[in-house]
Amino acid sequence: MPVLIDKNTKVLCQGITGSFGALHTKGCHEYGRNMVGGVTPGKGGQQDANGLPIFNTLREAVQKTGADATMIFVPPPFAADAIIEAIDAEIPVIVGVTEGVPVQDMVRARAYLDQVNNQRAADGKARLTLIGPNCPGVITPGPKTGGGESAADPYTNAGCKIGIMPGYIHTHISEAKAGKAVGIVSRSGTLTYEAVFQTSQLGLAQSTCIGIGGDPVRGMGFIECLELFQNDPETHGILMIGEIGGTDEEAAAEWANANVTKPLAGFIAGRTAPPGKRMGHAGAIISGGEGDAESKIKALEAAGYVIAQTPSELGTAMAQAMGLELAKV
Amino acid sequence: MKIHEYQGRQLLSDAGIPVPSGVTITKAQDAASAYASIVKEAGLGDGGLAVVKAQVHAGGRGKAGFVKLVHSAAEATEAAEFMLSNKMVSVQTGPEGLAVDTLLIAAGVEIEKEYYLAITTDRATRQNVLIASAEGGVEIEQVAHDNPDAILKQPIHAHMGLQPSQARRLAFELGFVGKQVGQAAKIMMALAKLYSDKDCALAEINPLIVTPKSEGHPDGQVLAIDAKFNFDSNALYRQKAVAALSDPSTEDPNETKASAYGMSYIQLDGTIGCLVNGAGLAMSTMDTIKHFGGEPANFLDVGGSATEEAVTEGFRIILSDKKVNGVLVNIFGGIMQCDVIANAVVAAAKQVGFDVPLVVRLEGTNVEEGRAILKKAQADIPTMVAATDLADGAKLVCAATA
Repeated sequence: MPVLIDKNTKVLCQGITGSFGALHTKGCHEYGRNMVGGVTPGKGGQQDANGLPIFNTLREAVQKTGADATMIFVPPPFAADAIIEAIDAEIPVIVGVTEGVPVQDMVRARAYLDQVNNQRAADGKARLTLIGPNCPGVITPGPKTGGGESAADPYTNAGCKIGIMPGYIHTHISEAKAGKAVGIVSRSGTLTYEAVFQTSQLGLAQSTCIGIGGDPVRGMGFIECLELFQNDPETHGILMIGEIGGTDEEAAAEWANANVTKPLAGFIAGRTAPPGKRMGHAGAIISGGEGDAESKIKALEAAGYVIAQTPSELGTAMAQAMGLELAKV
Repeated sequence: MKIHEYQGRQLLSDAGIPVPSGVTITKAQDAASAYASIVKEAGLGDGGLAVVKAQVHAGGRGKAGFVKLVHSAAEATEAAEFMLSNKMVSVQTGPEGLAVDTLLIAAGVEIEKEYYLAITTDRATRQNVLIASAEGGVEIEQVAHDNPDAILKQPIHAHMGLQPSQARRLAFELGFVGKQVGQAAKIMMALAKLYSDKDCALAEINPLIVTPKSEGHPDGQVLAIDAKFNFDSNALYRQKAVAALSDPSTEDPNETKASAYGMSYIQLDGTIGCLVNGAGLAMSTMDTIKHFGGEPANFLDVGGSATEEAVTEGFRIILSDKKVNGVLVNIFGGIMQCDVIANAVVAAAKQVGFDVPLVVRLEGTNVEEGRAILKKAQADIPTMVAATDLADGAKLVCAATA
């Protein structure tokens, strides 16, 4: 059982008629056949190139399709509003792919999400999960059954892909030589693909891969992902990819130390990045001088993570943490 | 995006935060009249104290002699002549120095006590936070490190904004007294509004000062002396007035050029150029080069679509740095297929002309086709080598440039 999404998840796309939204709706549709429609205000009643219904509002789309996940491709000025629309439509998994959302918009949207989730918790309802923005999305791989319509994504009907990641590099546990699956959580898009590719090469599967995004204010963080993976019986190891800035990795390491019993591997990007390029004085105060690569690596090591020294070692570090043979398949 | 001190003072002043009177000049002959007007405005007599400050983005101005206290029109003119005709050299400018074209002449103020006041967005709590300290005027990071209790923090509610009671409590806790309390609280409220209205990433007043008691101000006056702003570049589309404050002459022209193509470039001190898709992968490509003994010459994220146009411009920018003696291309083709990327790299390399080693590492969709394209182009680009993985690529480029 993977986390967050599976083959039964029904997915909508907000911004389905934009060029990016249309391209990736097609890719996700071809991967797992989970797409059930999309939203573009004013184009309700039409169909997209895949024959998926388009709705004017997200609420109507949810009512008509029974969708329980959405991916957001609307342009940055409207992305936070799209997130709020998804919160109001009570969609359990909200994936913000859009890059370049103003930070203050996200401060307000995140506060709204927290307020709604607190109320939901008080009412005994499940919390809504926001992933991103500025992230590649989330994928639960399925077996490579073939029969897809595109050469790039020839796999269908058992997994679920929500986002822009290349589906074909992922491996389902039924097709993994090692017979084990890892959960991957990452702040960086292309580094996630590296991790997936390398673990697949080593004969490992991925249970679910979550790109949490690189923005300073976002939805779910490392700790929520670690908790999901720790509680998922089909996740046998956890690979966590962080980068400089903030203290999320340090907090995750502390949490993992107390709560995670599964093998852990980690990587931190930005060891050689010049200081001061991202943060002013006040940012540095809040993190209390923390946030550089070395302090993060130290925290992860102390929590028992096997550290990949370079991104070429993402797969081998994970395999090593799991005590597996390192022979390439 | 950063702005100059005089622009920051204007923002504060427009927001209702008091700053000492000041004017900007670009010619030394205007210094005398500028001095006269500001001492008059500040109610100081002839011989009153003023300060001449060079408007540059680099720090270390004081030590470099580009902040001068003056007591007369003649001294102001002399300081202005020096600053406008010499390059400022400080630890932050590098040995080549920085030309100065604008000066701020501000009224000198007597300082009774200095404070620190700033707002930023805290990643950990995902909200804006007001940070204040009664130990202002010094390196605030040092205060945070040595005496964290001396730093007060007030979270700002995302939907309500800073509340008067919160600002007032903070003012009392900082030790403001009498009429200072109301003045300080008003400044905090104004700064919080400014921060959110202008999409700031940092709004810092350091120092915020109290002047000695005077006839008009029996409890002294609370003033902002120096301000530093940083803005969220994602929001500049709706902050036209802020965007207009950007001074292109102070930006790295290569960074500006790169951003016009949707790329992000930062020059570094090393010799190995790199062109990568994705910020995390770009950072860790630099890390990998360093791991194998090389020194990265730049950070360059070509973004999601490594088109021929973008790669060509990327190569031009990288090679314009004369220290570069080798280039590593590292692209994980996800949605964009490797054959398309390989064609773009080959076309770009041909167009730009390579006489230094070019190591290309491609992975992802259609990688075999991509590598075949690179191989076929070898005759046209003799310095080009295809790598099997990132470590191999980093080793190859380090060996080729060692």
